[in-house]
Amino acid sequence: MQEAIDLFERALLNLDRVEAGRILAEASASLTPMAMAATIVAPALERIGNAWQNGDAALSEVYMSGRICEELIDAILPPADPGRIAQPKMAITVLRDYHMLGKRIVYAVLRSSGYELLDYGRASVDELVERVLEDGVKILLISTLMYPSALEVKELRAKLDRAGAEVGILVGGAPFNMDRELWRSVGADAMGLDAAEAVSLVEQMTQAGGRLA
Amino acid sequence: MTSLERVQATLGHREPDRVPLFLMLTMHGAKELGLTIREYFAKAERVVEGQLRLRAKYGHDCLCPFFYAALEVEAWGGEVVFREDGPANSGEPIIKKPEQILELAPPGIEESTGLCKALRAIEMLKSRLGEEAPIIGVAIGPFSLPVMQMGFEPYLDLMYERADLFERLMWVNEVFSANWANAQLDAGATAICYFDPVSSTTITPRDRFTRTGLQVAQRTLQRIHGPVAVHLASGRCLPILEDLIELGPAVIGVGPLEDLATIKAACRGRAAVLGNLNGVEMCRWSPQQAETVVREALAKAASGGGFILSDGHGEIPFQVTEEVLMAIASAARRWGTYPREP
Repeated sequence: MQEAIDLFERALLNLDRVEAGRILAEASASLTPMAMAATIVAPALERIGNAWQNGDAALSEVYMSGRICEELIDAILPPADPGRIAQPKMAITVLRDYHMLGKRIVYAVLRSSGYELLDYGRASVDELVERVLEDGVKILLISTLMYPSALEVKELRAKLDRAGAEVGILVGGAPFNMDRELWRSVGADAMGLDAAEAVSLVEQMTQAGGRLA
Repeated sequence: MTSLERVQATLGHREPDRVPLFLMLTMHGAKELGLTIREYFAKAERVVEGQLRLRAKYGHDCLCPFFYAALEVEAWGGEVVFREDGPANSGEPIIKKPEQILELAPPGIEESTGLCKALRAIEMLKSRLGEEAPIIGVAIGPFSLPVMQMGFEPYLDLMYERADLFERLMWVNEVFSANWANAQLDAGATAICYFDPVSSTTITPRDRFTRTGLQVAQRTLQRIHGPVAVHLASGRCLPILEDLIELGPAVIGVGPLEDLATIKAACRGRAAVLGNLNGVEMCRWSPQQAETVVREALAKAASGGGFILSDGHGEIPFQVTEEVLMAIASAARRWGTYPREP
């Protein structure tokens, strides 16, 4: 399996969709689509995410890799497929910000890892409270680029609490990467430094049913 | 020693009387004048007054009449979205389909009300201060401007998959960027800060950067008739430092996640270093923490000149308090004097 992950990672970094598809096609002889997502795709994306955190890969590579994986996994594991991970209802958003790249990357990596989530696009605090309550969302992922947007998570948390919504909030993006204490001060349950960390935190939140203790 | 003399000495890799301090306070002038950020940037006179009051208060060594990055995209017909607690953002992208790039032409500087207002602010500051302190102009690099022109994802898709349209976009952006930088120099700016975060290896791998962003920067900087600081706005610069130094900038900006001592050692005698206080953490510093962090930065990079103390992003968040800014300024004056104690 190690060799398949190595080859798959290399194909992604070379933007070689054909080779990446060939590796998964070969693996499909012995693995279910979900097992492929868990044992080949997610580990390769995790390595690329870690490399970005260490300065050994670029965000554009993380983005392109996520996009390729999402296309490949969608082909073998369509969005409504019962083979996808059983999970609490989950959504992703960008808080009052026009910078969508971080959200797009995390969305692609989570879906490539077998999760399904709603994409709320860009939203204000009040819009989010309304949609979270309406959809019964239990895990909310928030991507930010601008510092003032990161601060708005605090207001969102307060309004969700007042509405009695038990929602796990997972945050990420530049302000949180620059100040590793910021996520706590705005009342988030966790912070992911990159998309790979987001997957592992979503796994923990899924097991906890939403909020982390 | 005037601020300008202090900065010139350090750019010449000599030790001035003390380490120059650049507080890149773009929005704090609004607080000084009791205005909202939107009201503040509505008139050049307000920005001038704000910059002069901030320098009188903190005694730092530059004037930074930068309005907001979205000002440039406004010149291309883009929308500016103001908020009360932070920098104005660019709104909906102006390039909605890649094919629109074929029709794109660089806007004239004089045709943009926003750019003309920023030029007036530079002219007024120059007439008020003369050669006392450097006035820093700002141009967004042509390689980074498309993030606002078309959005980050579509831009990366273009860069990776539509080489023809990418080249065409760079061509029009290079013309605009150089014209805008030169207009600021003509208005009285002492130097241009060339912001190019997409060139950082945080965003673009080095091999692609050398085929794209580096060549764009080479062509653009050759057209700019004045000193330039290259700033990657918090992105990593170490893996491409030699490439950046080859561009011949007077200054290289260093982000808060990089080791200032390593960058300073690598740049020594070839380019001055600007940085790298963490602006986001600064929002929750106490005055004592501010002093400690300033002392650490000085210990890493002050020796031998070639260093300007600043934040690592190129813009200090609106949330940073007067108390902390005062602590930074006073620590820089107290601990930044030359000759340095061994």
